[in-house]
Amino acid sequence: MQTSKIKGTLLACSLALSGAAFAAPSGDMLGNTCAGCHGTNGNSVGPASPTLAGMDQEIFIDAMKAYRDDSRASTIMGRLAKGYTDEEYAAMAEYFNKQKFAAADQPADEALAKKGAKLHDKYCEKCHEDGGRSAADGGILAGQWMPYLAYSMEDFMAGTREMPKKMKQQVEKMNKAVGADAAAQLLNFYASQK
Amino acid sequence: MSNFSRREFIKLTGGATAAAATLGFSPFVMGAASKKVVVVGGGTGGATAAKYIRMMDPNIEVTLIEPNEIHHTCYMSNEVLSGERSIEQIQVSYDGLKKHGVKVVKAKASMIDAVKKQVVTDNGSFPFDRCVVSPGISLVYDAYEGYSKEVADGAIPHAWKAGPQTETLRKQLVDMKDGGVVVIVAPPNPFRCPPGPYERAAQMAHYLKNNKPKSKIIILDPKASFSKQGLFTSGWKKHYGDMIEWRGTPEGSDDNKVKSVDAATMTVATGFDEIKADVINLIPPQKAGKIALDSGLASDKGWCPVDHKTFESTLKPGVHVIGDASIAMPMPKSGYSANSQGKVCAAAVVALLNGQEAPDPAYVNTCYSILAPNDGISVAAVYRYVDGKIQDVKGAGGLTPGYDKTTDAMRAREVQYAYSWYKNIVHDSFG
Repeated sequence: MQTSKIKGTLLACSLALSGAAFAAPSGDMLGNTCAGCHGTNGNSVGPASPTLAGMDQEIFIDAMKAYRDDSRASTIMGRLAKGYTDEEYAAMAEYFNKQKFAAADQPADEALAKKGAKLHDKYCEKCHEDGGRSAADGGILAGQWMPYLAYSMEDFMAGTREMPKKMKQQVEKMNKAVGADAAAQLLNFYASQK
Repeated sequence: MSNFSRREFIKLTGGATAAAATLGFSPFVMGAASKKVVVVGGGTGGATAAKYIRMMDPNIEVTLIEPNEIHHTCYMSNEVLSGERSIEQIQVSYDGLKKHGVKVVKAKASMIDAVKKQVVTDNGSFPFDRCVVSPGISLVYDAYEGYSKEVADGAIPHAWKAGPQTETLRKQLVDMKDGGVVVIVAPPNPFRCPPGPYERAAQMAHYLKNNKPKSKIIILDPKASFSKQGLFTSGWKKHYGDMIEWRGTPEGSDDNKVKSVDAATMTVATGFDEIKADVINLIPPQKAGKIALDSGLASDKGWCPVDHKTFESTLKPGVHVIGDASIAMPMPKSGYSANSQGKVCAAAVVALLNGQEAPDPAYVNTCYSILAPNDGISVAAVYRYVDGKIQDVKGAGGLTPGYDKTTDAMRAREVQYAYSWYKNIVHDSFG
């Protein structure tokens, strides 16, 4: 986290010190550049790219900072996140937060989803409130694209993306109790939510 | 009333405007006539500009002039050559734009008159307050002896505008004997889709490896280097061994520069030798789309100089040029660039028509290339408007790290991101 702050400050400084006539694009303008991969208004129609609409502002900013300092694994986001200042992260965060979240149009396995609903209540609901619909704390999971969530879980388990302490405890408990199927059950539950 | 900008009108009428808007009619019907924008060219850039102008200001009347009813996206068209994708899977209609209130007119524009402020077509003339041109590229058919539009439409397709020629080239590969030679003639800079010829070689090789493994692909390149070169070279080797051979052109040499082609004997002559081929995919040098050349929007080099904040032509005021035809270096001539420019241009057009200053722009480019099923690479860039020009943000963007620095799993993800990108960019532009 510390390095990302320093890097962000350095970037902001170097841009300010360059003395160039420097544009300050609005959140809408910045957000529009993301739509090629994350969909118009941040509602993705591509299964591997997450919907950003309705996202909590702090979670968005933290994610961008983690991409910028490569503490969160990525293919392309790390390269893109290095192109913006903290102020621009904040402007984008505000823009995406204002957009209305639309649940992904995707199939879900009913039997797995049913089991996943129980796992969610037991292990996840405390932070991912309202059945994973709440944008606060943990971010919207209900209706998010399943392939994206699967990549996220893979990265969490591989340690290439940091899990919050509480989440780590809960995931470990869940995996111990349920075994290898736990993630598939949970993900199908979130995918089944419209 | 007609002297008032929309912004001033809103200021004056205040709440009444809001009330009128909620009642479901436009207050401007009673006041100034709505502003008219004519968009020429329904590719990625034009479609994006049309859609976003309507999203940003529904009071602006937007007409799109496009001769085709169905657009074939160039991106992912290389997958049609390998058979990974059908031609139908790169088709998109204009129904999505119609839902945004864009008037789609099937017509071919012959002249954009910046003085009379009208677009002349084979289906009537269309007046505009501002015009957005996204004409794509035109192909320079007289670049090589023996080459012509007729040759390109027949035996030697370029397939550099996706559509019928994409299908022709696919059929030629399918009909070719095992052990055949495919020659790809790469174009000189600048051209549409810099990584395209090299991804194409990989997609062709993917098909040939599984169906005609004794075949060979030779790329004749007038350039000394090419986009994502290290990654392509590693990926070709990894998946296709020696099937793909790139013959580049160091400075001062013309060994691999094409001099002439003969469609009757299927021969390509370079400065060094003659190559007999079974399939020739000649991608010729390029310029801005014909309508831009005919309307005086291009410089003598064949591309259109524009203001980088608004994409307004520096040659013809009131006419904006976006996408491949515009000079927007360091942005490459790519679909993502056209989409990104379309939105910057839309915001500028909306502001200018409302008597405001164009907003500060932001631009991004992302290009995926798929070398084999589950093996994708990318290049990305973030751009800023600094000192009146589009400039690369230093330290950001760049390529997928090398094959020695990435895992197969990460490159498999890049393919999934590429497919998701395809869905999103098509929807963001046309949907």
